[in-house]
Amino acid sequence: MIFSKIRRVLGDIYLVFVLIFLYAPIATLVILSFNTSKSRNRWGGFTFDWYGELFKSATIMSAFRNTLVIAFLSALIATLIGTVAAIGINNMRKIPKTVVMAVNNIPMLNADIVTGISLMLGFIAFGISLGFKTILISHITFNIPYVLLSVMPKLKQTERVTYEAALDLGATPLTAFFRVVFPDIFPGVISGFLLAFTMSLDDFIITHFTKGAGINTISTLVYSEVRRGIKPSLYALSTIIFGTVLILLIVSNIAQNKINKRR
Amino acid sequence: MNKNFRKVLTFPYILWMIGFTIIPLSLIFIYGLTDKSGSFTLSNVLAIFAKDHFKALLLSIALSVISTVICLVMAFPLALTLKGKKLNKGSLIVFIFILPMWMNFLLRTLAWLSLLEKNGIINTILNFLHLPSLNIINTPAAIVLGMVYNYLPFMVLPIYNVLEKIDDNTINAARDLGANTMQTITKVIIPLSIPGIVSGITMVFVPALTTFVISNILGGSKVLLIGNVIEQEFTKGSNWNLGSGLSLVMMIFILISMAFIAKYDKDGEGMSV
Repeated sequence: MIFSKIRRVLGDIYLVFVLIFLYAPIATLVILSFNTSKSRNRWGGFTFDWYGELFKSATIMSAFRNTLVIAFLSALIATLIGTVAAIGINNMRKIPKTVVMAVNNIPMLNADIVTGISLMLGFIAFGISLGFKTILISHITFNIPYVLLSVMPKLKQTERVTYEAALDLGATPLTAFFRVVFPDIFPGVISGFLLAFTMSLDDFIITHFTKGAGINTISTLVYSEVRRGIKPSLYALSTIIFGTVLILLIVSNIAQNKINKRR
Repeated sequence: MNKNFRKVLTFPYILWMIGFTIIPLSLIFIYGLTDKSGSFTLSNVLAIFAKDHFKALLLSIALSVISTVICLVMAFPLALTLKGKKLNKGSLIVFIFILPMWMNFLLRTLAWLSLLEKNGIINTILNFLHLPSLNIINTPAAIVLGMVYNYLPFMVLPIYNVLEKIDDNTINAARDLGANTMQTITKVIIPLSIPGIVSGITMVFVPALTTFVISNILGGSKVLLIGNVIEQEFTKGSNWNLGSGLSLVMMIFILISMAFIAKYDKDGEGMSV
């Protein structure tokens, strides 16, 4: 009895230790965004100035816009292609299915640097000039496998019979799909989209190789400023993004709990 | 007709994968196995044995193996503790580990620079407590720390996923049959969580082996990993043939880990997020 209590306390202490490890750098960035001093390790007093400057900086705002637009579009297109493909693949025979799923794993398991280089070589070989378009294509490419992997398990769970029953009751295949199958796989589609969005937002390596000159996302902007010294406005921007997501997740968690309780 | 229609559904996907995954990858093979004039050569691949390249490769392997082991040692007890908490449907845990990803990856790594620097935050705290200071910035140790920090979630999530699926009755049965805690863990829980452990290992090992960003930021460009060598061939040196040749060597390690996953994680249990 005492042993299991000790074990639980030790477990909790360990959990707190890991959480500090994971969140210490994030706390550092949040604190730095309010630091008057530009230096990374001297506290010069509290200020909101970097937040004001953030909205005045054309470079940061355009990088931010690019990041969001690419994340949203690539997640959306990947979700469309991936979901539609998942339905087709789910009905394939065993051997072609194994082949397709193996190819699907390539961008996920391959190193980002290899994926980035290969895409860059591909764009150049086909004469596509590097820019916004090539970043978007690359992000769609590494996002599709994540969508497929979130949708496939949901499709496996849906019963073929219910779809066929809908057909027997006079629904067209399209109506049957949207009224019967789609609601079942919807959670998988949404989680695929969100995962793709997060992956795209956090990507640096693949963007680095496929972006060309003259366009930046937040990641590539930070990388180009690492040596010169980062503008604290970038800390302010990531603090805003982080805070927004944190609030959204907490709100959705509370809402989810309330729904669960009512049930 | 219905069946044909379903086939049509996969066309955009298959075309996309051929155009943007298979063809680009083949180009790496073509570049890696030819010289600048376009004739076949193995010299780009064999260049891995050149002194500097080989040193970078060995260091990359050493650091990524160390990081993978640390991640595994940290993640397993963590996943066990989290399983013990019986969180509903694991939403909270995914939340905790995915959330840091919304803070930019480069900024997160850069924050470690502020924490670890000579006059950084950790040393200020250590000095205040009259403890010896920690001087690991610009050394391989800082790079290992950066790798563990960035890739730990990739180890925790798959292990947690498989642990969640272990029935409590299985564990209780082991207890009833007289196994103590240690025996339950080594004889029941670990064997059942092999698929998660294996996908965790590859999810950490591959990015750690090939990184150039973490070594660039936390190693202060004093430590060269194989990722840095390749990146420089493409951005600064612009010898794409050599860069592709070295990438091919790196892909051998990636293929080994893919085969490893295929052997132990047949249903892709650990991969599902």
